[in-house]
Amino acid sequence: MREFAELVMKLGSSTKTNDKLEALMHYFNNADNKDKVWVIAIFSGRRPKRAVNTTQLATYCVELVDLPFWLFEESYHTVGDLAETIALLLPGNENAPNTSKPLHLYIEQLRDLEKQAEEIKKQFILKAWKEMNFAERFVFNKLITGGFRIGVSQKVIVNALAKTINLDSSVIAHRISGNWDPSTITFDELLSEHSLNTDFSKPYPFYLAYAIEEDVSQLGDPKDWQAEWKWDGIRGQVIKRNQELFVWSRGEELMTEKFPEYHSLAQVLPDGIAIDGEIIPSVDQKPLPFALLQTRIGRKNITKKQLQEVPIAFFAYDLLEYNGEDWRDRPLEERRSQLEEVIAATNHPSLIISPIVPFSNWEELARLRESSRELGAEGFMLKKKQSTYQVGRKRGDWWKWKIDPLTIDAVMIYAQKGAGRRSNLYTDYTFAVKDGDKLIAFTKAYSGLTDKEFAQVDAFVKRNSLEKFGPVRTVKPELVFEIAFEGIAASNRHKSGVALRFPRISRWRKDKTPEEINTLEDLKQLLEVYGK
Amino acid sequence: MPLIEFTDKGLYCRAGDFYIDPWRPVDKAVITHAHSDHARWGNKYYLCHHDTRPILQQRLGPNTYQDIAWNEPVYMNGVRITLFPAGHIIGSSQVRIESNGEIWVVSGDYKIENDGISGQFEPVKCHSFITESTFGLPIYNWKPQTEIYTDVQNWIRKNQEVSKTSVLIAYSLGKAQRLLHPIAEVTDKIFVHGAVYNIHMALVNAGWKLPAVQRVTPETSKEELKGAVVIAPSSAEGSPWLRRFAPYEIGICSGWMQVRGNARRKNADAGFALSDHADWNGLLQACRETEAECIYATHGFQAVFTRYLNEHGINAKEVKTEYGDDELEPAELKLEED
Ligand SMILES: [Zn+2]
Ligand SMILES: [Zn+2]
Repeated sequence: MREFAELVMKLGSSTKTNDKLEALMHYFNNADNKDKVWVIAIFSGRRPKRAVNTTQLATYCVELVDLPFWLFEESYHTVGDLAETIALLLPGNENAPNTSKPLHLYIEQLRDLEKQAEEIKKQFILKAWKEMNFAERFVFNKLITGGFRIGVSQKVIVNALAKTINLDSSVIAHRISGNWDPSTITFDELLSEHSLNTDFSKPYPFYLAYAIEEDVSQLGDPKDWQAEWKWDGIRGQVIKRNQELFVWSRGEELMTEKFPEYHSLAQVLPDGIAIDGEIIPSVDQKPLPFALLQTRIGRKNITKKQLQEVPIAFFAYDLLEYNGEDWRDRPLEERRSQLEEVIAATNHPSLIISPIVPFSNWEELARLRESSRELGAEGFMLKKKQSTYQVGRKRGDWWKWKIDPLTIDAVMIYAQKGAGRRSNLYTDYTFAVKDGDKLIAFTKAYSGLTDKEFAQVDAFVKRNSLEKFGPVRTVKPELVFEIAFEGIAASNRHKSGVALRFPRISRWRKDKTPEEINTLEDLKQLLEVYGK
Repeated sequence: MPLIEFTDKGLYCRAGDFYIDPWRPVDKAVITHAHSDHARWGNKYYLCHHDTRPILQQRLGPNTYQDIAWNEPVYMNGVRITLFPAGHIIGSSQVRIESNGEIWVVSGDYKIENDGISGQFEPVKCHSFITESTFGLPIYNWKPQTEIYTDVQNWIRKNQEVSKTSVLIAYSLGKAQRLLHPIAEVTDKIFVHGAVYNIHMALVNAGWKLPAVQRVTPETSKEELKGAVVIAPSSAEGSPWLRRFAPYEIGICSGWMQVRGNARRKNADAGFALSDHADWNGLLQACRETEAECIYATHGFQAVFTRYLNEHGINAKEVKTEYGDDELEPAELKLEED
């Protein structure tokens, strides 16, 4: 456990990608094979089942250190991470000898614990804490609470593995995505050169684009580029292999069961195919707002009514595998024309080709972009016609060219301390618009201010608190911010009647007074135009 | 009328007609320590410990100062004032006030562990104790300083191996001096930022024996800086001033580094949870040892801390003051680019 804990600490504290890569390589070169499989699993988002819930964990901790539960909560609020809070509260054990067991043993024991009585769980946890130092306790708690997000992308892990076992990084990326069970697979089965790819459901790692910052005319000759609408859905891959259909989301979740609309594709698609595209609700080949898609994802059982009102389609834009062959190294042009052929031949109502937008010069494309929102798109994807299909987020061949967000001016009325990174500052705010002489809260927004601005707002909050409800402070409505967002939908869970998509603070309007902010009526008009 | 009142200018002793660490200009100020949020500009008279005076003079210029030793009484209108070591920084003192048999103690900032230069914190029995609570949460429990020093030293050595400069961010008054001895065990190439240098020289001129440091100037050469240690205040973080040290690693010395997210947020290569304030157990111990009937908690986690004390049979109240968080350097000391 100690090696793993040290790895996590190192990854969490190093600021340079190269240091992270080295730490991972060092680990993969030295660790136990069984542990390595779990490390790959954990860092690619597969964690063991939660055998003990967070409340139990917190309760064992406060009993052990004899602190009131409210004080635990205050501590948690400052730290922003439950696993770390507990590790900080437990009595020091730094000079104790290394008595902890290997990582995979703890994980196996945790798994076996699931059906045990509460008292046995508790004894196990207390004993484990006793065996560990601070870093080990932190990662052990993290295994239980989940959410191992420590600043290391899948790409870095893939590269570290590629360097340690001498295998091409795209092969590794492909093998570790998809369906495999860390408790049964061995390291060699997962990654060795000769291992057969037994899991035929696996999607390819997605090729992602950065937002273009410079002027698009800098991209060169428009003839070399292909423009597609950028859809606001869920990125996904439709795969058919061994006569079986799989639908994957970019979060590497297998979503086949969620979308019955796709099921009949298993009969009509050719075998040995992988199509990249967007999972999106659509009627008459036109996309519906993202908020509607969310009504489908959240449900376990889908009703007939939902299938009628929010039918899901797949807007296809790339072909990654055809006839069982990996096509990713072929130029986009070639992939595209084959894709068009396949989709025309398939002729399925839910499989739609995402159209190419013809243009002869960049000015023309800029004008076309103005109509994005009416078409339910959020701008363009610009792809070089000669581009191969790469792994991960890359610059150069593919770019996102999004439209400017919608904005509204609002006043801050509540503030709350941030979690994790900003755990000592008031950084989470709730904003309101005017409704006559009342203020109506309508959204929370987090990012978008500089550290210096956060410090200024934090100081304001501390001086101008009106009331305190738990961690939330009511603040004198004085600071005005511009809130940017990508979409708007009707919502009866919100008092304002609207819910925003990706709201964020775009700037601090020091030039505006609370009297000058937008009104609820303004929000409703935006809803009328963009939310229906 | 209580012996100390909480007014909008600061802690006021009406019977003696003086203030302690006032935040608005007053006629008579008793100063716990020379940090800028406790010792402010504009008072007509300053009473402080011998070791605080040279730093005050350096920071605030000519003024009327009176300096005394620990446990050396001064009387104002018959109110007896004595100072006791607070262990926070050089010269830092608790202020004990006695009038007609009633005793109050103002802690200023303090820490329990003896850092070798600030004096050993001394519990003082009193009826009312006004305490800071900067780290008044049980997640703040410091490692013994020798362990932290070892961590810092190992970090410097590791940087030296790859010819990198070790930039340590530390408060220019307090931690900068405290770090000198452990650093000097690893290297004699110690460079400091101008803000640290000014305080260093004020102390050296007052007779303090501290390991030698050199001020970073535009003439400081790349060669000299290889493998060296640089001590700079937090205002230097992320500033262009740091560029001259490349390649360098940056390590922040602050109690806030106890929480991982804070080190990450500052984009530091290393965080050392070294503090000049008492940790949770230190605060509790100090409050208990005063045997005070009432504890007043100021700057920090005062709401949490007072609630905990009250639940544990110690009468405590929250008080709002205008002292800052001096684990981070205040804006007043923003860099003069040299
Ligand atoms: Zn201080
Ligand atoms: Zn203070």
